[in-house]
Amino acid sequence: MPNMNDILILLPELCLVVAACLLLLLDAFMAPARRWVLHWLSIAVLLVAMYLVMAGQPEQSISAFNGMFVRDRVAEILKVFALLATVLVFIYARPYLIDRKLYVGEFYTLTIFAVIGIMLLVSAGSLVTVYLGLELLTLSSYALVALNRDSSLSSEAAIKYFVLGALASGMLLYGMSMIYGATGTLDLAQLHTAASLHNSTPNLLLFGLIFMIIGIGFKLGAAPFHMWIPDVYQGSPTAVTIFIGSAPKLAAFGMAYRLLESGMGDPSLAHQWQQMLAVLAVLSLAIGNLVAIVQTNLKRVLAYSTISHMGYLLLGLASANSEGYAAAMFYAISYALMGTAAFGVILALACAGFECEEVDDLKGLNQRSPWLAFLMLLVMFSLAGVPPLFGFFAKLMVLQAAVHANMLWLAIVGAVFAIIGLYYYLRVVKVMYFDKPVEGSEHKPQSDLSLRLVLSLNALALLVMGFCWGPLLDWCKSAFPAV
Amino acid sequence: MFNHFLLSLLIWLPIAGAIPVLLAGSARPNLARWTSLLIAVLTFVVSLLLLTQFNADSPIKQFVEDYQWISALNVHYGLAVDGISVALILLTSFVGILVIIGAWEVIQDKPHQYMAAMLVLEGLMIGVFCATDALLFYAFFEAMLIPMFILIGVWGGPRRVYATLKFFIYTFLGSIFMLIGLIYLYNKAGGSFDLNTLAGLRLSMKEQTWLFFAFLFAFAVKVPMVPVHTWLPDAHVEAPTGGSVVLAAVMLKIGGYGFLRFSLPIVPDASEAYAWLVIGLSLLAVVYIGYIALVQEDMKKLVAYSSVAHMGFVTLGIFIAFMLVRSGNADAAKLGLQGAMVQMISHGFVSGAMFSCIGVLYDRLHSRQIKDYGGVINVMPWFGFFYMLFAMANSGLPGTSGFVGEFMVILASFSANPWIALFAAFTLIIGAAYTLWMVKRVLWGEVTNPHVAEMKDINGREAFVLLAFAAAVLVLGVWPQPLIHLMDASVTQLVQQLGNHKIY
Repeated sequence: MPNMNDILILLPELCLVVAACLLLLLDAFMAPARRWVLHWLSIAVLLVAMYLVMAGQPEQSISAFNGMFVRDRVAEILKVFALLATVLVFIYARPYLIDRKLYVGEFYTLTIFAVIGIMLLVSAGSLVTVYLGLELLTLSSYALVALNRDSSLSSEAAIKYFVLGALASGMLLYGMSMIYGATGTLDLAQLHTAASLHNSTPNLLLFGLIFMIIGIGFKLGAAPFHMWIPDVYQGSPTAVTIFIGSAPKLAAFGMAYRLLESGMGDPSLAHQWQQMLAVLAVLSLAIGNLVAIVQTNLKRVLAYSTISHMGYLLLGLASANSEGYAAAMFYAISYALMGTAAFGVILALACAGFECEEVDDLKGLNQRSPWLAFLMLLVMFSLAGVPPLFGFFAKLMVLQAAVHANMLWLAIVGAVFAIIGLYYYLRVVKVMYFDKPVEGSEHKPQSDLSLRLVLSLNALALLVMGFCWGPLLDWCKSAFPAV
Repeated sequence: MFNHFLLSLLIWLPIAGAIPVLLAGSARPNLARWTSLLIAVLTFVVSLLLLTQFNADSPIKQFVEDYQWISALNVHYGLAVDGISVALILLTSFVGILVIIGAWEVIQDKPHQYMAAMLVLEGLMIGVFCATDALLFYAFFEAMLIPMFILIGVWGGPRRVYATLKFFIYTFLGSIFMLIGLIYLYNKAGGSFDLNTLAGLRLSMKEQTWLFFAFLFAFAVKVPMVPVHTWLPDAHVEAPTGGSVVLAAVMLKIGGYGFLRFSLPIVPDASEAYAWLVIGLSLLAVVYIGYIALVQEDMKKLVAYSSVAHMGFVTLGIFIAFMLVRSGNADAAKLGLQGAMVQMISHGFVSGAMFSCIGVLYDRLHSRQIKDYGGVINVMPWFGFFYMLFAMANSGLPGTSGFVGEFMVILASFSANPWIALFAAFTLIIGAAYTLWMVKRVLWGEVTNPHVAEMKDINGREAFVLLAFAAAVLVLGVWPQPLIHLMDASVTQLVQQLGNHKIY
């Protein structure tokens, strides 16, 4: 029986569940003109959840519901940044949604449910919780992608996402069943012990591992399981793309960490998945960076850029030590901040009747609105990994983790693809700064004050974090005490 | 009293100064210009203060600032200077003023952004010369590319996008392998990026070789050395005048400086083993690139190739020192290094001046083609005077700064191998040939192009810039002793370091 203590441990999640239901009710009974109340209430709810996560953080890792749910430092950090990213998403998305007549309560409720999924996923203590959180997240995401019902592109993206996502979930579930068969437990901590009892890894366990890696690869969007990313990024309304491109990346990292390290972290097994992750990393780096070069659609460029960034994240995970995990988490956080800022600029530029989806739509942005151009410049150089921006130090950390784990070759591959990737980020800067504006492209950027203010803070944070990344790194490292 | 934060002031004053310049906006261009000039002058004054406070008799790094930057990674915000750095910082802040004056009316399109980019660039370049932590060095080294990318891309010529992308990607390509090398060294040193710690590290020959090539690649692109020099002519031709001046006068020096700070102390054995390679490439630059310069039609391209040839002397001087010091001839080794350093400073002045001159011509005729000119001396006598002077310095005439460094390097290489000296000395012929031939076609002869006849002589602003360069070139040419003295103790220490074997 769950006792009061278990409930308290789960307080932030429960609070969000209740709030999401209430918001849904509120939306049903409120005049559309007063929807701004809903908007700010949603943001307030997320901030309250963030406060509860941090305030109730125990010193030691504790678990609830017989180990189903774990509350530790890893979960805390990932939840805080997932909530933060979602707050940013809400603020950036509002003017875009209003212009497109998509400013509906479902957007907020579905996103909050997805966030609850993320929070369950990163706190998972058993395979069941992993699956529960994952499904909550992805099912909400499918609906969000299809938010713009009348757009065929949006519906196509949703179907594609749904079919591939269901397949990946199936794979993951199949893998879990094999692992359950091999070890007889669903609890990740017990799994860890059970896996280490064998002298040689049983084939059943190994197969289960492979299926699980496929599921993780799909969630991360790592090549060769990346096919859905470009279409979903392009097809979704940008207000949804920005969400899919930020907070769920943190969840994917959390899921990979829970399954691989907490569950299958025994050295004999780790040795197996390290190699698989290395392959995924190299493929993601290659496909992400090379294919992005030929894209003309800005959202697709960013989609392929995500794939390559997941490659770097995998470099850290593949190190399979506390340093590597800290680096990968650091990377995931930096990517979430960069992703929200990049799509935030697109959202700020997209006004009624103008999507700002093509790279060429940014032509001459420096003439039209120098401040947004400057913010985008910061984001692009940060994504490219040029110091002194945040993205560089995130790359530095994963490269350092790879070198330290005696995977020098992997670090060199990462470095080579950083050069190739540089090209398409520079191209965006080139279009904004060096090209003349196209005639008739004088669309006014969004004038929403909260959007402009928070977006500026978000992009400038990439610069500031380039100087003060120490505290965040310390925080990430504290989540993974060296064994 | 400022001493404990003088270097930080030098770095951050221009960078922070870029913010008010940007805020002045395109609506108030004059405010932006005057603010940036004020900041550049202040930076120069601070660097003079640095010079007066600097004790040139001590080889120890001075004005040390050392704070923990990232404790989890043991990265330090470490700054310090020795004589070599001080000389290069002075060069940077000196050129910093001149490019801002040089761009005064020339840049009409968004002058506030241009000036701000220049100031940021200046601060970052000074940072490179001060950093004692390898990661900090790398951060400055790379961050520099961003303002330069914008400078060339926004205010450059017709093929500016190609040139600036090539510039950025080339340099990034070179340095990312250095980053991997530095990370490797960091782990080897047990978690430290401190340059002194890295210099004291024992490394096997295999490790040294890999690291040597990682460093070589990074700095060879920057210098640039043959065969990775091809970005330079493009970048120079397309860059606005100020961009070319900074690129030639300071940015190329960072390559040479990198060799002194990284290759020599950290991997001396591999540097010695592959000194022949670098010397060979340097001679190739001196002779072969000299010939290429001869056939250029575009003045900027010609000076760009001549820069590659002159920078060949820098790398020659640095690596000839290895051949000398291991054969016991420490004095000649010192001469070689000193020559390389003098050549760096001198080339900073001469090439900066040459590009400024070409900028003056370009502003009037909007052409850099040699064939469009001819007889310029008839309409622009004062300009002709300066142009002739800098051309002489570029071809290494005694009495100008161009002569001193080259002569020292040739002398040093003669002690190592007369053949090397012979090839190096070719520059005196080829350099004179391409420079003077260009001068002949541009300055002398009849005025054939009617547009040339309408050109006005230099105004006060341009005269000031050229006069400042001329003074520097002549003073350094006639009386190089203060500069040599400034760097003497540091160079002596460097020569001692060269002699240390690090293989275990």
